[in-house]
Amino acid sequence: MSQILFEIPKVEIMGSGHLACPGCGATMAMRYALKALGRKTVVVIPACCWSIIDGAAPYSVLGVPVFHTAFETAASTATGIKAGFVAQGKTDINVLAWAGDGGTFDIGFQSLSGAAERNEDIIYVCYDNEAYMNTGIQRSSATPQGAWTTTTPVQNPKSRPKKNIVDALAAHHIPYIATASVSYPDDFIRKLRKAKSMKGMRFLHILSPCPPGWKSQAEDSVKIARLAVECCVFPLYEVHDGRRYNLTHKPKGLPVKEYLKLQGRFRHLSDADIEKIQTEVDHNWRTLQRRVEFSTEIDTRSDVSDQGATK
Amino acid sequence: MKRVLEAQLDKYFNPQTTAEIKVIEGTHAASHAAKLARVKTISAYPITPQTSIVELLSEMCASGDLEAQFIKVESEHSAMACLIGAEATGARSFTATSSQGLLLMHEVLHWAAAARLPIVMVNVNRALAPPWNIWTDQTDSLAQRDTGWIQFYAESNQEVLDTILMAYRLGEQVMLPVMINMDAFFLSHTAEPVAIPKQNLVDEFLPAYRPEFTLDVNDPRAFGGLTKPDRYMEFRYNIQKAMETAARLIPTVAEEYDYLIGRHHGTQVEEYRTEDAEYLLVTSGTITGTTRIVVDQFRDQGVPLGLLKIRTFRPFPDQAIRNAVAHVKKIGVIDRNISFGSGGIFFNEIKAAIYNAKVHPLLNGYVAGLGGRDVTPSVITDIAEHLIKSKQGKDLIWIGVKK
Repeated sequence: MSQILFEIPKVEIMGSGHLACPGCGATMAMRYALKALGRKTVVVIPACCWSIIDGAAPYSVLGVPVFHTAFETAASTATGIKAGFVAQGKTDINVLAWAGDGGTFDIGFQSLSGAAERNEDIIYVCYDNEAYMNTGIQRSSATPQGAWTTTTPVQNPKSRPKKNIVDALAAHHIPYIATASVSYPDDFIRKLRKAKSMKGMRFLHILSPCPPGWKSQAEDSVKIARLAVECCVFPLYEVHDGRRYNLTHKPKGLPVKEYLKLQGRFRHLSDADIEKIQTEVDHNWRTLQRRVEFSTEIDTRSDVSDQGATK
Repeated sequence: MKRVLEAQLDKYFNPQTTAEIKVIEGTHAASHAAKLARVKTISAYPITPQTSIVELLSEMCASGDLEAQFIKVESEHSAMACLIGAEATGARSFTATSSQGLLLMHEVLHWAAAARLPIVMVNVNRALAPPWNIWTDQTDSLAQRDTGWIQFYAESNQEVLDTILMAYRLGEQVMLPVMINMDAFFLSHTAEPVAIPKQNLVDEFLPAYRPEFTLDVNDPRAFGGLTKPDRYMEFRYNIQKAMETAARLIPTVAEEYDYLIGRHHGTQVEEYRTEDAEYLLVTSGTITGTTRIVVDQFRDQGVPLGLLKIRTFRPFPDQAIRNAVAHVKKIGVIDRNISFGSGGIFFNEIKAAIYNAKVHPLLNGYVAGLGGRDVTPSVITDIAEHLIKSKQGKDLIWIGVKK
């Protein structure tokens, strides 16, 4: 990690008066994202918590144009907006698709995959609160193994592991993918700025604590998101061209229990369950490390990001 | 008769307004119309028999004949979502689909209309599965009845081209999307002479798209946000008002098109030999052309049979229908579609339209030609004879069902 003093931009493009719950990670994420991207940005919001957070018509908390769209269309609508601007010679506008995990991992996955395969010139951010929170905490394919939701009650918690969305996007060979956390705003803003400087499909996966859905304390959100990183549950890294991996923060490697114990959604887990989750986290972390190591050997001459940059 | 036909042809293919006469299929007539409209964004997904529309547009874009962004999406749902985004930036856009593809779009068709985005789409009327069938049937587009899209039904390839140009003009004036329907194969893959109007005349008829509100980083607004019961209903009221305005504007747009380019295909309806008609057949799409021949034959024999062609399904031409039926004794509606549990869809709309009319002629509903089964002059002759003999109106009469 760089020790150079990093300054968070003072500009506040997102105003006050949003409708999010206290301690909402998705709200912090939007605030930072707009600080990084600036006012020449159009935000596309499919059905998700942010369709409410922005405020009821005629109010909007965002200081940039917002286009609300159907649940599964964040990527396709954003694609069209970009194309519409380009067709009119407006080539310098960031089009930001801003979707939850349901709209990204599940119902919007097809249109996201299509946009990624075509290398559309958009920035897609998934703020991942790991369930359908806006409809009242139902499981999604982003819900972690063992978690309680209203459709995975404690007698039968989620049995399957969380879908690895970064791997899925990496398989599309897009120029830039990054994970980011609201607990590391410097890293977050650097990644959004980097994404802004690039062309083609850029995807950011943000873990977004949700106090009502995670059964956690609002004041713990930043702490929980930090523990997710330090326990290697949600490492901070980048993937260039779908194959060159690099870590942007070296996690402390704390026991995963530290992360789980602050969240009521994991309260029912036995020590054996937690051990199983630890094993899974360890495996994923080692896989990521190997990818990072292997990345130095990759010949970059056929990088797709070059194609993105010259588009 | 021959001289009349020649005079009509001269008007139809007016050399003053025509750049070129091409012998082309309906699909290519649609592609040429999109080019003439100077669309800026196209997004489409392939489905038979729509494909040749977008294939030709792809070639036009690749050769630089058409300067448009063409997004080759992974589904019809994304095609429409894409255009919703593009149109919201102020870019004129176009797509085409058919059958299952149109059904997949259903959710976003509502979105396009309620977001007041005047996208223009060609739908090739094709039957729905199962069983698989790629031939013509109108149930696909009629199932989109309540989406807020203006719907036209075309009889000829020339009408497809002309109606697309009029659709942009109309849609952009009332801020509603427009769907132009053509019958699978009978139009989509049948070559006819089509007059391509001169670009400068089209430009005069159809100025650049300049909507009042767009996505603009210098004037940020939120579009489509949560709207509570105290405000939502007015949005719906405004869509209905826009439909009513469209109904009033369609004759004007048709007149302006006729004035500049020299062709008129009717307003919301077209009446054919309805003077003193006692019996009236009501049709839409390509069945109309065949029915004209049958009407001529009956007229030659002194039977007062007329034809009413429905051009717009939404807005529905209630008043035009009430006017057209004011003096007839018997009406037969021919539907190439079916609403299960009810009957022919045009029939039901017409029945509803004349309920509040002063006169109530006998009304028969005929369902024929589903899934592309031929509706020949002899089939229509049978229908006309049945109608003339009818003593009591009947809601649903199946034509040619094999026992």
